[in-house]
Formats: sequence, structure tokens, C-alpha cells
Amino acid sequence: MTEVAPSYFLVLAALLFSIGVVGALTRRNAIVIFMFIELMLNAVNLVFVTFSRMWGNLDGQVLVFFVLVVAAAEAVVGLAIILLITRRRESANVDDAHLLRW
Amino acid sequence: MREAGLAPFIVGLPLLGAVVLLVFGRRIGRASGLIASGAIGLAFVLGVITFARLLGLPAEEREATQRVFDFITVGDFSTGVSLLVDQLSVVMVLVVTGVGTLIHIYSISYMAGDPRYSRFFGYLNLFAAFMLLLVLGDNLLLLYVGWEGVGLCSYLLIGFWFERPIAATAAKKAFLVNRVGDFAFMIGIFVLFVSLGTLDLLAINANAAAMGAGLSTAAGLLLFLGATGKSAQIPLYVWLPDAMEGPTPVSALIHAATMVTAGVYMVARLSPVFEASGGAALTVVGYVGALTALWAALMASAEYDIKRVLAYSTISQLGYMFLALGVGAYSAAIFHLVTHAFFKALMFLGAGAIMHVLGGEVDMRRMSGLRRAMPIVAYTFAAGVLAISGIIPFAGFFSKDAILASAWIEGNFLLWGIGTVTALLTAFYMARLYIRVFEGRLETPEGTHAHDAPALMAAALIPLGVLSVIGGVINLPGLVTLEHFLEPALGESEVPTGVLTFLLPGLALVAGAAGLFIGRRLYMGEGAEARRARLVAAGGPLVEAARNKFYVDRIYAATIVAPGRALASFCADVLDGRGIEGVVNGTATFIGRSSQSLRHLQTGYVRTYGVTFLFGVVLVFGFLLTRVVLA
Repeated sequence: MTEVAPSYFLVLAALLFSIGVVGALTRRNAIVIFMFIELMLNAVNLVFVTFSRMWGNLDGQVLVFFVLVVAAAEAVVGLAIILLITRRRESANVDDAHLLRW
Repeated sequence: MREAGLAPFIVGLPLLGAVVLLVFGRRIGRASGLIASGAIGLAFVLGVITFARLLGLPAEEREATQRVFDFITVGDFSTGVSLLVDQLSVVMVLVVTGVGTLIHIYSISYMAGDPRYSRFFGYLNLFAAFMLLLVLGDNLLLLYVGWEGVGLCSYLLIGFWFERPIAATAAKKAFLVNRVGDFAFMIGIFVLFVSLGTLDLLAINANAAAMGAGLSTAAGLLLFLGATGKSAQIPLYVWLPDAMEGPTPVSALIHAATMVTAGVYMVARLSPVFEASGGAALTVVGYVGALTALWAALMASAEYDIKRVLAYSTISQLGYMFLALGVGAYSAAIFHLVTHAFFKALMFLGAGAIMHVLGGEVDMRRMSGLRRAMPIVAYTFAAGVLAISGIIPFAGFFSKDAILASAWIEGNFLLWGIGTVTALLTAFYMARLYIRVFEGRLETPEGTHAHDAPALMAAALIPLGVLSVIGGVINLPGLVTLEHFLEPALGESEVPTGVLTFLLPGLALVAGAAGLFIGRRLYMGEGAEARRARLVAAGGPLVEAARNKFYVDRIYAATIVAPGRALASFCADVLDGRGIEGVVNGTATFIGRSSQSLRHLQTGYVRTYGVTFLFGVVLVFGFLLTRVVLA
């Protein structure tokens, strides 16, 4: 079984992250933006795991668990906020919620 | 040093009364007058006991101080609340508490029905406590505490009816004018302390000669400027006539009998300092006193407000006292202070009784013939008039004569001359006041009905009337005299000898009688009007000027008040309004304007923030990368 070079994983992670950034900045639907953010998070997780393997150090893997837990908690709070905004404005479009401005 | 015995209680009783009345006055209500009168009356009894004890001692032992408690201790400097009982202070205590008690009793009736009845008595008692502290304090610091305290009470009582703007203004004026004098007094105290290292009155007097002429002249003049404020002399007398806006018992107690004599007491008490200046300071005191006496007498002759006539008369009589101090006749000054307290308090209370029954009327042109309706007031007032005019054997004859005789013996004939002319004027304006108010056909302002003074007022008027008649006996030659009693504290005074013994009193008597006669000619009987008109025509500008108070108030307003106001409004409008506020508001405006353009960065769209965020991250990473690459 041949080792896959770590650079592949890093490139994949970079791609995933970039997709996440572009998606989060271009989409208007709050749920979709939220999903792209999760994508960026998981790209980072992939980088952690990759480097952990590269250096034979478990710290990166441990950190991933933390990220997953925090992401889960964040998802709870984030979805709750989105739900409330949607109920109030009958739309999940982030551009409709732009009161905090000049 | 012997203990001063009852002195702490003499000060303490009125102070206690004041505290009780000012804290619980509302609950005490009607009884306030009795409590206040009781407190000061008891202090008077203690004063009499102290006086009797002093008399029982040999002359050289009649001096005692008592430290009640330490006041200020800094390093090796220490000054205490210590009271000095000697011949001078006990005489002052008797005047303050004696006249004070009568005026308290009078006020029970006069102030009845006033909504702030108990507060009035609280202030009166507080005043008495501070005045007693002033005369009993054995060091300058304590004297100054009393000095400021009576000034405060004077302010509170002049402005007692503060709903009337004129009273509030008069109170402010009195306070501010006094501050000028007090400031000089304070610097005078500093000069004495710096040069002698002590504030103790007896120590200052003992060492005054060591100060040298220059310093003692400076100290003396500064102290005297303080005295001109409190005792209403040129140039700071302007507050006293306005102070008549206060209730009349206040005018009688504070602005005739006691507080205004504080300056006389202070100069007499510190006479060695004035003498150490080699005559310069005393000369100033004497001439200022004489000029004030004449000046105020002229204004009194042209005034129609009864209380203001009495106020100018007070200024004039205080001038006499300073004249006496100026020629070194300290005991004569104190003697006149005592008799003046009797007859001037009497006349103020009489004027108060008139106002009481005439609904507050003070213009003597709107009343006449009151003798028929209020005989007690009229006859006691007449005793006061004769006393102040210096008619034998009334009290004022002896004290005024003592002053004029001292001026003559000192060889200062100019001061004697001014004093004699003033004596004539005094008799004249008093005759004018008395005849206008009490003689002729009974007339009162519309809607008022004249009746005699109520019992409590009469209870104060009659003793004062008696004292005005016989008050002179305390200094009758050959008896146990006031002068002799005061000698250890104030030094010996010369008495006229030979032909002068009769000539000088005779001349003073002639001046007084002539003044009364002129007054009678001008204000009574057939042709009085015509004679008056001729006099006014002859006097011309002088009469006009006297009627306008010699324009002094206007001159002060133009030279001191107006520039002061201009400076204040410059500070308020220009320095503060444009300068300081300009800086503060300018900062705010600058920030505000800048924010106007920057606020558009906040779009409220999540994506804008996201892009900015991304841009920032790229920038930071780019920066870090270049560093890594370059390294």
C-alpha cells in the first residue's frame, strides 16, 4: 500500500477552504452560509489531521475533537439564531437583516 | 494663672440654645423665644457673677485665662480655645448679654407670628455665642472665629426675610463688604504672627514694642481696615444702611449695640500694637473715625427712613469711638461703646415698635404726633435722643464729653473741632427725627391705627430708657469708675483739670443744645417750613449730595462693582464660553465630522464584513509569509 503524500491532503484542504470562503461570501441564504462555514471548519480539521500524521504527533488529532465539539455547540446556537430570524422576517436572507449599520 | 471660672458657660449657654433651636426649633415652636431669652439671660447672670468676683479681687489680679480645649496643634505651635476674663472682656460681656437679653425679650413680641419664629431665635442665640467668643477669646485666632461667626449671623439675619429681593441683596452686600475688611484683618493677623510668633493677645501686647515701627504700622493699619469693615467706617461703611432691611431687633442688637462695636473692641484690645507704630496707625484711626462721624451725621440729616437715620447715626457714633481710640483714650471709647449700646438699642427698638403698629412704615414723612398714641415709646425714645445729643445728665453726655475732652488734652484741636461739629449735627438730626415722628398732629399711614407698644416690647424699652438716663454714672468722676476699672487693661487716661473741667463739658453741652434748638426751629412751630426751605436753598448742592448719600454707593458701583462684573462676564462669556468650551466643543465637533464620513463603512451586510475579514486575514498572512520567505 503506497503512502499518499501529505501535500495532496493539504491541497484538498486548501480547495475545500477556498470553496467555503467563496460560498460563504457569495450566498445570501443563512443556512447555506452556515454550511459553507462548516466546510471551512472541516478543511481546517483535515489540515490538523494531516500534520498530525506527518509529524507523528497526536496533538492535532486531539484538537480536531475539540473543533468538532465546538462546531456542534456552535451549530446549536447558530441554527437557533437563524430559526428566530426566519420566524421574525419570514426569510432566511442575510441581506434582509441589515439594521446594524449607518 | 487663675481659672476663668464661668467664662466657658457664658459662651456655651447661647451656643447650646442655638443648637437646640436650630435642630429642634420646628417642634419647639412658640417656646423658642423663651428658651433663647433664657439662655442669654442666664449668660448675663453668669456675667454679673464674674464681674462681681473680679471686683472682689485686687486690681492687679483681675485677669484670668482658661484653656477649654486644644484647638490647633502643629509642631511646636499650639493654640487653644482659651478664654480671657479681664476688665475689658467682662465689660463687653455685660453689654452683649445685658442688651442682648432685653432685645431677645422684645423679639418674642416683635417676631410673634413669623413663620420662621424659632429659626430667628436660633440665629440670635448663635450670634450671641459668637460675639461672646469674640470678646472672650484670648488669642487672635479665636477672636477671628468669633469675628467671622458674627459676620455670618449678620448675613443670615439681614437676609432673614429673604423672600424680599432687597433684603437678600442687602445681606449679600453686607457679607461682601465685610469680606474686604476681614481679608485685611486676616493679613494683619499673619503679620503679627510672623513677627511675634504668637497669637496670644496678652503676649502680643506685651511684645508689641519689639516689632519696630514699620511692622507695627502695617499690622495696625491692616487690623484697622478689618475694623472699618465690621464697624462700618469710611471706606467700608456702605453696608450698614442697607442692613436695615433685616428685622428691627437685629438692627438693634447686631447693627447698633454689639457686632459693629467689635472693631472698637479689637483696636482697644490690641492698643499696644497701634501705639508701637509711633503714632502713625493711631493717627489714621483717629482721623478716619472723625471723618466718618461727620460724614455719616451729614447723611443722617438728609435721610427720611427712620431706621436709616439711626443706621447713619450708629456709623457716626462708631466714628466717635474710633476718634477716641485715635487719641489714645481707650477707656473713653469703651465707655461710649457701652452708653451707645444703651441708647441706640433703645431707639432702634422704639423705631421697631413704631413699625410694628404702623404696618412696617419707616418713612418719617408719613407719620407725626405719635407721642399721643404711644407715650411709652415716645418718652423712652426722647431719653435716647437726649442721651445721644449729649444733654446733661443723660448717659451720652458723659461718654461724648470724655472723648472730646481727651482729644482736646491730646492737643488735637482739629479732631476736637470735628467732634464738636458732629455733636451739633447729631443733636440736630435726632431732634428732626423725634419732632417729625412724635410731635405735632397725630397722623399715621392709611389703614393703620397707632397704639402703644405691647407689654413685652415695653419691658425692653423701659430698662434701656432708664439706662440711657442714668448710664453715665458708671463713669462719674469720684466714684468707682469704668475708666478706673479698665485702667489695668487699657492703661491710664488723662482727665481734664482746672478750668477745662467745666469748659470742655460746657462746650459739648452747648453744641448739643444748639443742635436740638436748630432742629426745633426747623421742624416745629410757625414758619418752620419757610426756614427749612431757606436752609435747603442755602445748602444747595451739599443738601442734594447728602440726600444722595454723597453718591458713594454709585461711585463704588462704577469703580468696583462694574469692573468686577465686567471681569466676571469676560471670564464667563469669553474665557469660559469661547476659550474652554471652544476647546471642548471643538474636539467633539471634529470627532463628529470625521465620523460622518467614516460611518458609511458600516453597511450592515454580512458579506461586506466577511470580505473585509478575509482581506485582513490575507494581509496578515501575506505579511507573515514575506517574513518567513525573506528570513
